[in-house]
Amino acid sequence: MKLTTLLASAAMALGLASGAMADDPTKVGFVYVGPVGDGGWTYEHDQGRKAVEAAFGDKVETVYVENVAEGPDSERVMTQMALEGADLIFTTSFGYMDPTINVAKKFPNVKFEHATGYKRADNVSTYSARFYEGRAVQGVIAGHMTKSNVVGYIGSFPIPEVIRGINSAFIHAKKVNPDVEFKIVWAFTWFDPAKEADAAKVLIEQGADVILQHTDSTAPQAAAQAAGNVVTFGQASDMAEYGPFPRVSSIIDNWGPYYVARTKAVMDGTWESVDTWDGIAPGMVGIGEITDAVPTEVRAEALALKDAIAAGEYFPFTGPLKKQDGSDWLAEGETADDGTLAGMNFFVEGLTGDIPQ
Amino acid sequence: MDLSAINPVQLIAFLMVAATPVLLAAIGELIVEKSGVLNLGVEGMMITGAIAGFAVTVETGSPAVGFVAAAGAGALLSCLFVVLTQFALANQVASGLALTLFGLGLSALLGQSYVGVKPPTTPKVEIAGLSDLPVVGPILFNHDLMVYFGIALVAATWAVLKFTRTGLILRAVGENHDAAHALGYKVVRIRILAILFGGACAGLGGAYISLIRVPQWTEGMTAGVGWIALALVVFASWKPWRALLGAYLFGGVTVVQLNLQAAGVAIPVEYLAMSPYLITIVVLVILSADKSSAPAALGRVFHASR
Repeated sequence: MKLTTLLASAAMALGLASGAMADDPTKVGFVYVGPVGDGGWTYEHDQGRKAVEAAFGDKVETVYVENVAEGPDSERVMTQMALEGADLIFTTSFGYMDPTINVAKKFPNVKFEHATGYKRADNVSTYSARFYEGRAVQGVIAGHMTKSNVVGYIGSFPIPEVIRGINSAFIHAKKVNPDVEFKIVWAFTWFDPAKEADAAKVLIEQGADVILQHTDSTAPQAAAQAAGNVVTFGQASDMAEYGPFPRVSSIIDNWGPYYVARTKAVMDGTWESVDTWDGIAPGMVGIGEITDAVPTEVRAEALALKDAIAAGEYFPFTGPLKKQDGSDWLAEGETADDGTLAGMNFFVEGLTGDIPQ
Repeated sequence: MDLSAINPVQLIAFLMVAATPVLLAAIGELIVEKSGVLNLGVEGMMITGAIAGFAVTVETGSPAVGFVAAAGAGALLSCLFVVLTQFALANQVASGLALTLFGLGLSALLGQSYVGVKPPTTPKVEIAGLSDLPVVGPILFNHDLMVYFGIALVAATWAVLKFTRTGLILRAVGENHDAAHALGYKVVRIRILAILFGGACAGLGGAYISLIRVPQWTEGMTAGVGWIALALVVFASWKPWRALLGAYLFGGVTVVQLNLQAAGVAIPVEYLAMSPYLITIVVLVILSADKSSAPAALGRVFHASR
């Protein structure tokens, strides 16, 4: 895979070089962890890239490299983009955090935007979406829809973003269904359809009749569809092609407006290093249509929760909440601060299993 | 921890399915390498087979036609490798890598209109009476045809290599192409046939992923299975039955570790996640202590003038 990426970046460099003849448009680079056709995470980032192209036309030139492995490979790809004159580079996976910081040091005039991380610099912004708000809505639906009271959860890597999602979904599923139990499988990959499908099949075999995924492909949806009586949720993208059943709703990432705004800031020279973390209210997190497979009152309850979150009346992590080991986390009515959420490395009470450290 | 949630019978049946793609690709590559050619393009041929099989199955509604098309597409792509290495005498490593890159790009292009499409289900072979037997039924008599085809292919490859004149010639070409040439065997022609066979097998393996194991089309969906098949051939010391063992071990441990995770076994997940690779390598390395070595002419360019 390493050679693949290397050659891909070389090919990209050629593409960039030929593009440099144009009338010096603002150059925006995107580094993707999966293929643009994954139907999930990377697909939505690429939709964001297309939104930038649509908004600025000739004044902008976008380039992207897909399937970039997290780690040293990504550093090479970013360096290549910067050398070829990119003005703004979006690095769209958690594992690009340190490489982004390293490359940003070498190119102080290039602006970097790193998704879902927490390390910033003068020319590095971070941005993420409050996916856990969407997970809360999913949790409510999952808690109501499960008949076996076993909900399967396919995690990718044990990073705060994924752990937050598991906690949020579990808290809200437990609220509507006190008997619910979560079985969690770590796939240790963002994108590997065969492995994701295997994980889903294993969970279904062990009694799960609702599958939540935090991996990027639609493979678990296909596995659930084959099983016949298992509920799933679209992840990152709507995955509407698997609706109305098994996919009963989804979390949709909407990066377009943010990418357009940040590109505009670079053009105007007003770009500053910021930390953006938007949720349902500003539209960065969307809830896909809840299908007819969900009973009306459950749908109403889920939508009411969504509206309350959007209106700022309800916060998904509100006390009383305890950590998995039984120690107190949040007192009655207390809400978690962003710092704790950003670095969340513990399960809440009731979840079983350890987080791989 | 609740180990009772794991059903060992389902587990074994499941691992046979998980192992089939890598097994098919590995058997194909084994024949290619036995003929003295190193084709690193397995991943590219697999993914091309995956989309070709998927597209044809969706269009015709017949998985059988789809698998034939996948084999054809894999073989067709390997023709590129044939031209580069057997006629242009290009470096096999570079040509193989190029084939992988080309296959990944080509499949992404071909597959654009097939994202999110659901393929027709591939039927399982149900044998009246046998499929319903306890334990043995689900393990041995309740699979799709390709699982049996994979095992049969291993047996056939083994028998051909060991007992037939064809196998002897193939091995001779792989061990010493100059001597084989001097004896009057058509080295290039034999190698071309081996490469085409390897391409067809890789295509079948890819189609198995897109049509049965997942089943859907997603760009880059083989996600490195081709490379695992390549490694498996080496660790299996170029012996068909060991390739089968390696593939089942790999598939088996992958499935078992997911099951253990879901059952909440208190082994750190990192160890579970690396276990398929580790266990497969350790077992095959121990087995290969019998000094069986690579075909002597592996990766070397042949030209009749030398």
